[in-house]
Amino acid sequence: MWKSPEPKKTYDVIVVGGGGHGLGTAYYLAKEHGIKNIAVIEKGWLGSGNTGRNTTIIRSNYLWNESAFLYDHSVKLWENLSQELNYNMMFSQRGVMNLAHNEHDIKEMKRRISANRLNGLDTQWLETKEIKRLVPIMNTDNLRYPVLGAAYQPRGGVARHDAIAWGFAMRADEMGVDIIQNCEVQSIKTKNGKVEGVKTSKGFINAKKIAVVASGHTSVLAKTAGVRLPLQSRPLQALVSEPIKPVINTVVMSNAVHAYVSQSDKGELVIGAGTDGYNSFTQRGGYDVIEETVRAIVELYPIFGKMKMLRQWGGIVDICPDASPIISKCEVKGLYFNCGWGTGGFKATPGSANVFAHTVAKDEPHKINAAFNLERFSDGRLIDEHGAAAVAH
Amino acid sequence: MILINCPYCGERDQSEFSNGGEAHVARPENSENLNDKDWGRYVFYRDNPKGIFYERWVHTHGCRKWFNAVRNTSTDEILKIYKLNENPPSKESFTNTLKTPSGEPKVGSGNFTVKK
Repeated sequence: MWKSPEPKKTYDVIVVGGGGHGLGTAYYLAKEHGIKNIAVIEKGWLGSGNTGRNTTIIRSNYLWNESAFLYDHSVKLWENLSQELNYNMMFSQRGVMNLAHNEHDIKEMKRRISANRLNGLDTQWLETKEIKRLVPIMNTDNLRYPVLGAAYQPRGGVARHDAIAWGFAMRADEMGVDIIQNCEVQSIKTKNGKVEGVKTSKGFINAKKIAVVASGHTSVLAKTAGVRLPLQSRPLQALVSEPIKPVINTVVMSNAVHAYVSQSDKGELVIGAGTDGYNSFTQRGGYDVIEETVRAIVELYPIFGKMKMLRQWGGIVDICPDASPIISKCEVKGLYFNCGWGTGGFKATPGSANVFAHTVAKDEPHKINAAFNLERFSDGRLIDEHGAAAVAH
Repeated sequence: MILINCPYCGERDQSEFSNGGEAHVARPENSENLNDKDWGRYVFYRDNPKGIFYERWVHTHGCRKWFNAVRNTSTDEILKIYKLNENPPSKESFTNTLKTPSGEPKVGSGNFTVKK
């Protein structure tokens, strides 16, 4: 599907991290900005990090203008990505529902819906009986936190996570991008405030520009270049059940009781849990976090009470203080970061890659990601999306 | 799951505790004269090492007292627990098990603690 060449001595751009965001960055750099001498360097296999570990939910119903434009840019790219990459993304716009469980949830969600509609997004309010019609298996009234309504985005949905990594990889490879797997970037070398290259397990590779898209490990790599980032790395867990007949044809999320669930095409329930309450790089996470999620799932869907879970895993997410990403240059010339996606980066994969490629190629941000800079942590222009991020952090 | 040895109550399940992030972050003395950049550094920037990490915990569902811990974030192994009025142990007294910055411990991610 793609070649696995030995690294050249020098590249115009080295992308560190072969997940969806990194491969997409290489793809858009080659396609839209005419840069061909690119390497994507991945320490494992493609998509082996958070690209292969998320719950594949796609939506754009974020509160603030900056986020709404960024995430909807991504949803619009998703809508045409199977055609563009000639590879089936299995993108299914089955809708995403965020449940309200109390008076505050209702007010906060209605505010968010209004903000979304002003930004041209298709979010709408659902009453409980409409939720019942869409998801008949849901227990809406006989539980500790009853379901009082929901914010619903019909254009939201799910996609196949491997497909976006492989799709971008194949098309980038065709345009001459070197995809180098099983090669670990160990440090970033700088000289006089400018990047020189990366030290890898396959030797030193020179680069004019380095784009770091290493999710949980971004701050570790940044430190080798002397850059400090406002990130904290934490495990985020997910689990899947045994396959069952189709019972749920949309994505249902609940911030308040912390449970979100969708059903894969194989029939497995895909369940997202929360982050652990402490920094860690162990890709597993604590059992109490799963327990909390499963408890909420069983209360919301009593029908799932006797199901068996097949697999559980964790990924390391890098969380920003304002729960919004950083897509930015930094004080080192030629060094760019696309990080801080926290618990919700998958949905943004094509959009993030697209604007990050622009940032790297032009050495200035695209207007969509201009606000997602590092300066916001000193000038105070935070983009606080703790409410719209589905996972509490 | 981590067991945490509370210096006041003894060994308890981690779910009884809350994490307070990086330890020993001093509030700048001259905060009224600080520029936005330095103030932002104090408010938003915390260490995030893979390896030896000095952090704070509070026994929320127990004695509700705060204390400090040194933990290896690549294995979740707690290396040292000390009270707030005790001096932090020096970083040199711990060996970092990581060979490369983004490397993993020998027995796979996180399994080191369990296996031991």
